[in-house]
Amino acid sequence: MLLVPCPNCGPRNSSDLHYVGEAQARPNPSEATPTEWREYLYMEDNPAGWLRENWYCRSGCRQFFTLERHTGSNEFRNPPMPGNKVGGKA
Amino acid sequence: MSASELGRLAAQSGEVIDRTSPIRFNWNGNSLTGFKGDTIASALMANGERIVSRSMKYHRPRGYMTADFWDPNGFVQVGDDPNVRSGHRLIEDGMTIEPQNVWPSLDRDIKAANGLVGRFLSAGFYYKTFIKPQKLWPAYERVLSTFAPGGKVDLDTPHRYHDKRYTHPDVVVAGGGPAGMAAAAAAAEVGANVLLVEHEHQLGGHLLWGSDADRAVAAELANRVSAAGVEVLTNTTLTGRYEDNWVGIVQRSHPLAVERLIKARAKILVVAPGLIERPYVFAGNDKPGVMLSGAVRRLVNMYGVKPGARAVVFTANAEGDAAAADLDRVGIDVARVVDARNGENVVSASGSSKSVKSVKLGDGSEVEADLLVTATGWTAPTSLLNMAGDRPVYDEGSARFYPSVTVDNVLSTGGISGDGSVDELVAHGEATGQLAAGRASVVKHRVQALTARSVPVAGPEPEWTADFRPELGRDDHPELFRSTTHGIVDFSEDVGSKDLVAAAKEGYDSVELLKRYTTATMGPAQGKLETVNTVAVLAEARGETIEQVGTTVWRPPYVPITLGGLAGRNFEPVRVSSIQPWHEANGVTPIIAGAWIRPEHYGNPADEVNNTRTNVGITDVTPLGKLDLQGPDVPKLLSQLYTNKWMKLPIGSVRYGLMCAEDGVVLDDGVTGRLGEEHYLMTTTSSGAASIWEWAENWLQTEHPEWQVHVTPVTTGYTSINVAGPKSRELVGRLVDDVDLSAEAFDYMRVRTGTVAGVENCIMWRIGFTGELSFELHVPSGYGLHVWETLMAEGADLGVKPFGLEAQRIMRLEKGHFIVGQDTDGLTQAPAVGMNALIKLDKEDFAGKAELAWAMESDQVPHVVAIQTVDPTIVPGEACQILKGTTNEIVGRITSSRMSPTLNRSVCLGQVDTAHAEAGTELTVLLRNGQRIKANVMSHHAHFDPEGERLRG
Ligand SMILES: [Zn+2]
Repeated sequence: MLLVPCPNCGPRNSSDLHYVGEAQARPNPSEATPTEWREYLYMEDNPAGWLRENWYCRSGCRQFFTLERHTGSNEFRNPPMPGNKVGGKA
Repeated sequence: MSASELGRLAAQSGEVIDRTSPIRFNWNGNSLTGFKGDTIASALMANGERIVSRSMKYHRPRGYMTADFWDPNGFVQVGDDPNVRSGHRLIEDGMTIEPQNVWPSLDRDIKAANGLVGRFLSAGFYYKTFIKPQKLWPAYERVLSTFAPGGKVDLDTPHRYHDKRYTHPDVVVAGGGPAGMAAAAAAAEVGANVLLVEHEHQLGGHLLWGSDADRAVAAELANRVSAAGVEVLTNTTLTGRYEDNWVGIVQRSHPLAVERLIKARAKILVVAPGLIERPYVFAGNDKPGVMLSGAVRRLVNMYGVKPGARAVVFTANAEGDAAAADLDRVGIDVARVVDARNGENVVSASGSSKSVKSVKLGDGSEVEADLLVTATGWTAPTSLLNMAGDRPVYDEGSARFYPSVTVDNVLSTGGISGDGSVDELVAHGEATGQLAAGRASVVKHRVQALTARSVPVAGPEPEWTADFRPELGRDDHPELFRSTTHGIVDFSEDVGSKDLVAAAKEGYDSVELLKRYTTATMGPAQGKLETVNTVAVLAEARGETIEQVGTTVWRPPYVPITLGGLAGRNFEPVRVSSIQPWHEANGVTPIIAGAWIRPEHYGNPADEVNNTRTNVGITDVTPLGKLDLQGPDVPKLLSQLYTNKWMKLPIGSVRYGLMCAEDGVVLDDGVTGRLGEEHYLMTTTSSGAASIWEWAENWLQTEHPEWQVHVTPVTTGYTSINVAGPKSRELVGRLVDDVDLSAEAFDYMRVRTGTVAGVENCIMWRIGFTGELSFELHVPSGYGLHVWETLMAEGADLGVKPFGLEAQRIMRLEKGHFIVGQDTDGLTQAPAVGMNALIKLDKEDFAGKAELAWAMESDQVPHVVAIQTVDPTIVPGEACQILKGTTNEIVGRITSSRMSPTLNRSVCLGQVDTAHAEAGTELTVLLRNGQRIKANVMSHHAHFDPEGERLRG
């Protein structure tokens, strides 16, 4: 089981967290076209390499944060950033 | 020669049995005696029992081949415990052991006739048999199921205790042979916290069946391990290695638990499983009496068991030579040593169904013998390294696979790393232990640094220890896999080398395909014995080298884990309300709802409904999700979460709202009340309590960090009681002095804070899920039981009675209130639930707005409607399909249905498509028994009191 470095709680089992994934920038809901909105909802970069992704520390500090993880090695790099929404290829 | 040539030898210097402690057990109906420390296998062979099972497909008689955990022939039934590995399990007083997979008996097995019809059981027979003609499948199934191997499962078996444990050692060492023990001791001696896991019943590995000098080394190492403070678990196996060295360990030696599953987070994992001996493929290689050299040495030296009377030893290495010497030393006639290093070979073994009688050699000669010992090489069980990303590479010179990839936090030592003298293995293990401890201290420092808020980390990060270990050598070994004849490759699956060659000819010539097609390596041995031979036979069939063919990937678990072990002890908290003791004392039938245990009913849900509609009922709704919201920007948060408007909710008012996800699908619903200027209480569905909290935090932390709102979950902080029925005002009035409960002062959808039964700071609101006049009381949870009991006492003359979840669900269905997740599903967008007035597209933003705007214009959304059957006595089951007329086209389904005690007829909610949603539409409902009945779409969701006069009263 992956050990996720929560900025507040330290390394925790990934089952203690909720994987939010690579959230995208949210379009203006009053102006977005269906295509834009559905890209926001469903499309992901899913790179083989460094990925910026979001986690929620469900059983710990209850904070959302963004990490950079290598999807091949599961290595993390750079300090986590609080409450960020924009994920994807890093 | 006969089976009675087996038996017990005189005492051996290294034996692990205690001859002063006899143990009586029962085998196949006979009472036998063994000694304390005997495995079932050693005890049976000491009693002259050579045949222990019948093979899976051909039902050929089988005896012990490896006489250890991996023995493919040693599966037995022990009491109500099937598939026990008798080469490993120790005998106990009074144990009842039965052979498996034999019918009608071990000696006379009718299915051995399969040998004659073997062509039907050839390579790929599962696939060939199962395909066509399909109408014959039931017949195949009946026949095949009688051939299925395995013991008997007793459904009445008593419940036994299984346990779980979590641990965080610096170093976990898998394998307690010389290298593993040295690694564990060396790591602990420099301060690491070490867990040493040994699969067998004793530490020592192959030294246990070696010379006296070998055993002296083992004893010395074991003392060192103990002195260094290593935690040692024997009869315990590492089952798998997962991300970041999360390892599963199955402990079979716990004093209280049948099995304990240990989940360990190892900073460094040392893999030292040793080597597993390979069988040799030749005609007759599965005859009872054909054994591996390790099995013979183990039986003779550890258990004092005589494995035969006259032996042929086929040897390609020192272990085979030692087996011949052991046999000779204890007086067994070694008729011939066949030395593979001189080009000598064994061609076939023949004899009766009970035993080998004669061995044919490569030079054409035949030697009479009842024991044929083979020592033809090793399989490196690199499973744990594979799971860490390693891909083993074949080395021709030493005829086995080696690890090829360097993984920083997984180190290997001992036999899988290379060959050496005992001293060399110990030295390599020691160096590995020191390396592991050094690296573990770095990992520890990193973890500490990342957790520095609680304990500051001291000093700079230590340097990552480079691998300074001397390399172990690789002894030359002849490549020996198959003789000039064909024989069994996978003993547990009865797959022969001929089958593999045939499968390769049929085109299944990739090793991963071959294995699935023939089931070679897929039986209980899981490749430990047969993988290399499978690969070698395939390489031969393809005319390629083993290196070119490659090997299969070993996946977890390394050994089987029982389902009991996996389920183990449950660490999940169970939630009950403060009123639970009263429920239990008053005949409650409980129901498990998510993390909660709550009252389903107290005997008769229909009576509970009638009493609530006539007098007054009280129900415990504590699991209702409750979030306390405070701050100046709460209205903005509510507007963002709910589809309707919240900017102008007056203090003292309650409003219903619908929440959608960003795809417009209904997420949750509930009421929120404004308690003060900047203070609100939100309720969610019981199942949504945790996820809606997270959903609110998501908006606050990621999209609108500028909003000032503090969210506090108070679900368990309050005990929640709904008081419902025409007499509810009178009852609540008897407990409340400081709030005017009159209809004028406290009308529908209002909230008040006051004192209930002397308990201050209770929140009361007037809402009505049941459709009755009702007051929902949220009481500080420490006083919940007190308020409940006071309601029951004060309301006795009003006819107050408790009601459970079932009565509540009936009443809400009579009222047509949908339940999120029951009447809606993961695709139900908000316009489906008939509350379009609550979807305010003129708001600047709210979750799901974009999709809802498009959904409102679409006629493709389903509709939740109230449905009544024409025959009022029929209650269609939930999830029954709704069909279009007399066709089989599905146009919807029943989502909720009950017999209504109030209306004395069946009432339903269902989802239908737009064409069938109009009031008065006649529907066809397909019952579970296949019957089609008529039903009608109603004009209003509420079957009862559609104007809501009762709840507003
Ligand atoms: Zn945290």
